[in-house]
Amino acid sequence: MSETTTRAEKAARIRHLFQTEGEAVFENTNHINNGRYEANARTDDIEELRSTARRIKEDAIERLPELIEEIRESVEANGGTVYLADDAADANRYITEVVEDNDAESVVKSKSMTSEEIDVNEALEANDVGVYETDLGEFVLQVADEAPSHLVGPAFHKSTEEIAELFNAHFDPETPFETATDLTQFARDYVGEQIRDADVGMTGANFVFAESGTIALVTNEGNARKCAVTPETHVAVAGIEKLIPSVREFPPFAELIAKAAGGQDIATYLSLLSPPVDSPVIDFENPDEPLSGGGPEDREFHLVLIDNGRTAMREDDELRETLYCIRCGACANSCANFQHVGGHAFGGETYTGGIATGWEAGVHGQESAAEFNDLCTGCSRCVNACPVKIDIPWINTAVRDRINRGADPERFDSLVEGLTPDEEPGGLDVQKRLFGNYGTLARLGSATAPVSNWLADLGPSRALMERAFGVDRRRELPAFERTTLRDWFADREPLPSADDGDRSAVIYPDAYTNYVLVNRGKAAVRTLEALGVDVAVAPCYESGRAPLSQGMIETARTNATRVADSLEPSIEAGRDVVVIEPSDLAAFRREYDRLLPADRAENLAEHSYEIMEYVYGLLENGADAAVLEGGADVAYHSHCQQRTLGVDVYTEEVLSKLDYDVVTSDVECCGMAGSFGYKSEYYELSMEVGDTLREQFEGETDRTLVASGASCHEQLGSLFPRESVHPIELVAPR
Amino acid sequence: MVADITERFASSMAAANVESTRVEAAAFEAALEEVVESPAVGAPLGIEGVSLEDTAVTVPPTPRLLMDAETGVTRVHGGIAEYGTFVIQSDAEGTEPVSLYPRTHVGVVRASDLHEDVESVAAWLDEEFDAGRDSAILATGASATGDMGEIVRGVHGPQTVHAIVITDR
Ligand code: SF4
Repeated sequence: MSETTTRAEKAARIRHLFQTEGEAVFENTNHINNGRYEANARTDDIEELRSTARRIKEDAIERLPELIEEIRESVEANGGTVYLADDAADANRYITEVVEDNDAESVVKSKSMTSEEIDVNEALEANDVGVYETDLGEFVLQVADEAPSHLVGPAFHKSTEEIAELFNAHFDPETPFETATDLTQFARDYVGEQIRDADVGMTGANFVFAESGTIALVTNEGNARKCAVTPETHVAVAGIEKLIPSVREFPPFAELIAKAAGGQDIATYLSLLSPPVDSPVIDFENPDEPLSGGGPEDREFHLVLIDNGRTAMREDDELRETLYCIRCGACANSCANFQHVGGHAFGGETYTGGIATGWEAGVHGQESAAEFNDLCTGCSRCVNACPVKIDIPWINTAVRDRINRGADPERFDSLVEGLTPDEEPGGLDVQKRLFGNYGTLARLGSATAPVSNWLADLGPSRALMERAFGVDRRRELPAFERTTLRDWFADREPLPSADDGDRSAVIYPDAYTNYVLVNRGKAAVRTLEALGVDVAVAPCYESGRAPLSQGMIETARTNATRVADSLEPSIEAGRDVVVIEPSDLAAFRREYDRLLPADRAENLAEHSYEIMEYVYGLLENGADAAVLEGGADVAYHSHCQQRTLGVDVYTEEVLSKLDYDVVTSDVECCGMAGSFGYKSEYYELSMEVGDTLREQFEGETDRTLVASGASCHEQLGSLFPRESVHPIELVAPR
Repeated sequence: MVADITERFASSMAAANVESTRVEAAAFEAALEEVVESPAVGAPLGIEGVSLEDTAVTVPPTPRLLMDAETGVTRVHGGIAEYGTFVIQSDAEGTEPVSLYPRTHVGVVRASDLHEDVESVAAWLDEEFDAGRDSAILATGASATGDMGEIVRGVHGPQTVHAIVITDR
């Protein structure tokens, strides 16, 4: 099949999902995402809790073999059994045997992603055992015969109306269901009956305490409690990564999980059960017998610990972090792409959202991750959302790199091969290679401008670009400037004020600033000089951001080394590095420690500033704000990576100091995300995501549009008829 | 000090939609009568001077009572003031199912069993686990779901929760 057909098919599948499921997913994920921000804001020590939780997980995974031994002993001492299953088939065989030994006709289940991972329902049903989901979201999906679309809200893709329609058709009630209350009451009663009749209760586990043989279940509905204590046999299914040492390590997770998963301060039920529990078995067949009996004499408990690839993940430097995941779904809720398509597009066989790449690559294999991995644009909004501080974008990058390296040679390779010498294998998707080498292309484009611009806009040329590289022809291409920032800078005299102050800086000109959005570079130079800074402009070398976003790690490493080589002498000479493009600053601060020796990465990160962050610092230290332009009405969209770094506040501070009236967007990402919005398979999704931003600024027609990122600027250009500027262009002296 | 923590517990519970009554042991029965809807089922409270014996609450529980009762009355073994959380330990008398099945749960807690936060409750549970009481539910407010597209209270667990805090115990 040709790349064009594959891309068109992918685009169609994504379009279908955002049209059919997008609205419900958007509402649910946004609601919870906002709730998370609020709940975290109410918690003074949230960062400390996240660090502690992270440390506990790191330690537990490090000591995993030991903890597995310990849990075996503690569960057995309590009177239960532990089975360590190598893989799904092994786990299912064991569980089926337990169910058979109990002569069980039916099993009631509470929500468990791990049981989805091993497809235990199918295994049991093949043995004529009835399996009933009791979490209402899972119940809806069982009725609909669909797969979960979210780690926490499996039926997030369905609205109340859709569920009512489904239930009315399926159960044919006397009075049709309409409201969420109708549906909940019905489902509760229906499922309640299954629980009373069941012979075996099956649960997952959010955490397992090795010392006491305890499983911790985090729920709001109460179904897990009922499944665990009503029937006499309880089977708990958990991945080995759920082990933590003891109840003493539980508090940070108790605090974090509901905030991250649902915007609640604490979950309704945190059940800490050390089965077989003392609670009496409830025998609804003898309804008038006083409850009695419990504990190991009357109850049976099996803890099925699943490996299924996890031991290998633990030994894998890039995937190990995935095992710290507590499956709160916050990475999905904070992801603009996920918010618009949901887990049926942004997910693999079992897992959904940003971290799904790690889980799928680990438990189901790379092919499952390859299906959706490109939907992670590396915008990094999930990084601060994750309660255990997993670098989710990096896992996506690392897996993408592996997928690239496993790819077969494809056509058109020769087209870019000569143009863009990089460190990647032959056979790498040409679209990735093209965008990964953006810096080189921009240099050539600028050298040949305006011919290159004129050529790029020609119909046949766009058709070829779409066919060969998957560059969507509906997207306007950036127009290269013939005079680069560096050329301009070399030909001018500094402003007289340029060495009035005591700082000197070197501006890092990214490819966009140097070749395309040259005005923001000029504005940066003028502003700094007006504020008394002695300014130099560094050579224009790609930071590595572009290849990183395509999963081309070795190319990014080469780029990073060259950038460090070029900036280090300036740092040595006492200059501060000033960065205009937020995604490049993010590369310096977040990714370079994976690409460069630690001391070099640290040195560069320490001496680099975002341009508005730097201006803020100058003003705070006595520079004269009066030389800058002030006082207008603006609508400001900060950049996703800039917000993850927490430097967006400086732009807002500077603007407010200079008497601007500012309206800010609160979307997680504009949807463009570097090259993502250019790709023909993702163009429509990118515009769908952008539409949410468009709605926010729709009424602000009198305000100047302001954006910090180059790709946000491009996206705003597609969404609005008027031009947008970088904040530095706004404040620069005319 | 005890008065303070009781106050914080009550206000956190109010935020979690849990009503509470604060009484001395001697006034327990009257307070219970106020909040219990019949039929009611209970598990023995095990608090000195506080008992369900002369009340409308039926003890011991049976499966039918669990199904039919409007109210379940149980001991609550600990509380978290910060969140208004009940800590309910599992026992052979059926405290756990009685707190779970009926539509209303009335939890009876000694003021002296209240803890400030999750951290301090975990430290206490650590000792309890060592002593063999190693299963407990931390329950905050009524059961709820958002799975049908909106938040609905009262799913598999209780729809209404009420606390009676025994201030002199
Ligand atoms: S990766 Fe982090 S945010 Fe995502 S589900 Fe796991 S714990 Fe939650």
